[in-house]
Amino acid sequence: MKVVEKHPIGSAVIILPLWIIMYAILQRIADALIALTGLPDGEHLTEALRFFVFEVPKVLLLLVLVVFVVGIIRTYFSPERTRSLLGGKSLFVGNILSSMLGIVTPFCSCSAVPLFIGFVEAGVPLGVTFSFLIAAPMINEVAVVLLFGLFGWQTALLYVGTGSVIAIAAGYVIGRLKVEHFVEDWVYKIHANPTALEEIIPSFTDRMQSGYGAVKDIVGKVWPYILAGIGVGSGIHGYMPENFMAGLMGKSVWWSVPAAVLIGVPLYSNAAGIIPVVHALLEKGAALGTTLAFMMSVIGLSLPETIILRKVLKIQLILIFVSVVAVGIIMVGYVFNLVY
Amino acid sequence: MKVQILGTGCAKCKALEQKVRLLNDTHTLNLEIEKVTDLQEIMKYGIMMTPGLVIDGVVKSSGFIPKDDQLLAWMKGTQ
Repeated sequence: MKVVEKHPIGSAVIILPLWIIMYAILQRIADALIALTGLPDGEHLTEALRFFVFEVPKVLLLLVLVVFVVGIIRTYFSPERTRSLLGGKSLFVGNILSSMLGIVTPFCSCSAVPLFIGFVEAGVPLGVTFSFLIAAPMINEVAVVLLFGLFGWQTALLYVGTGSVIAIAAGYVIGRLKVEHFVEDWVYKIHANPTALEEIIPSFTDRMQSGYGAVKDIVGKVWPYILAGIGVGSGIHGYMPENFMAGLMGKSVWWSVPAAVLIGVPLYSNAAGIIPVVHALLEKGAALGTTLAFMMSVIGLSLPETIILRKVLKIQLILIFVSVVAVGIIMVGYVFNLVY
Repeated sequence: MKVQILGTGCAKCKALEQKVRLLNDTHTLNLEIEKVTDLQEIMKYGIMMTPGLVIDGVVKSSGFIPKDDQLLAWMKGTQ
C-alpha cells in the first residue's frame, strides 16, 4: 500500500490490467474451485458454495474499482463548494441540484449535523438541505455496486432514479410545509465565522492518492458485511424453497410494502450487508417493489442518523422527516409492484 | 501555541487526536492540545465536516486527516 501511495499513477497502470484479467477469469476460477471439492453438481450445498466463491470476489473487485473512481471524483467536490452552489436556489430547482450533489459530495453520517448547520446558516433553504440529507446516504457507491453486481444495471439504475425522485420530492414537501420553527433554536444563533480555509487545489497525484485512500477506508470497512451478506444470501439461494417469500413479500400481499418499510426503518445495516440478502429473497418470490422499498428504508433512513439529527431538529421535524421519506418509499414500492 | 481538534467522536476524529499527540511527543513540541467535543463550540468555527483542526484559533483543515509532514509544519508554525 505504501508503494502504491507513493507512485499512484504507475500503480494504476499496473493494477488496472490485472483487475481486468481477474474479472474475466473469475467464473472459471470459481468453477475450478468447486470441481476441486468433488461435490456433486446441482446439490444445495454445491450451488450455495458456487454462488459464494463467485459473487464475493466479483463484488469486491467491482467495489475496489468504483470506490477508487468515486474517490477521485469526490476530490472535485467539497461541502463548502456544494453549499455555495445551493445558496439562493429556488425550492424545486434547488431540490434537484441538491440531490445530485448529495450523491457526489463526500459525506459521512457523523458529519450530518455540522453539514446541516453549515447549509442552513448560509441560507440554503431547509427543504433543499433535506434533499441533500436524504440523497447522500441513500445513493452511495457501495449500494450501486452491489445492485449492479448482483441484480444487473437495470435495477441499479432504477434504484438511483427512484432514490433521487424520493430525495427531491421529500425535500420539496418539507420545504413547502414551512417547518423552520421546528429546527432547534440554537442553530440560528450560532453565527459561525465562515472558515476562510485557503483552498488548496490538489494535483492529479493527490487526487489519485485520495482514490486509493477511499479504497482502503471504504472497502476495508465494508468487506466483512459483504462476506456476511453474501454468506446469508448463498444459504437462502441454496436452501430456501422456491416461492417461499411469495406469501410474505409477494405482489398479491397488499400490506407487504408498508410492512417492509416499517421493519426496514429501525433496522440498521449498510448497503453491503442488506443487498445480498434482499437479492436472494427476490429470487424466492418476493416482489420487486416490496424489495426495493425494504432496501431503501434500511439504507436511506437509519436510526443512528435520525438520533444524531435530533440535536438540531425538534422531535416534530424528526417525525415529519421520517414520515415524508417513508411515504415516498412506500409509494415507490407500490408503483413498482403494479408495473412489474 | 494551542492545537484544537474538533470532533464529536467519529473514528477519524480520534485518529487525528492520536496523531497530533504523537507528533507533539516525538518532536517534543510541548504544545497545548485540546479536544473539543461540544457541538455548539465546534460549530462556532464554521466547519462542515469533522474532524477539524484549529491552530491558534485558525481552522487548518476539516473532514480529513492531514499528512504527517503537513501537520508537523503547522504545529511547528513554519506554515
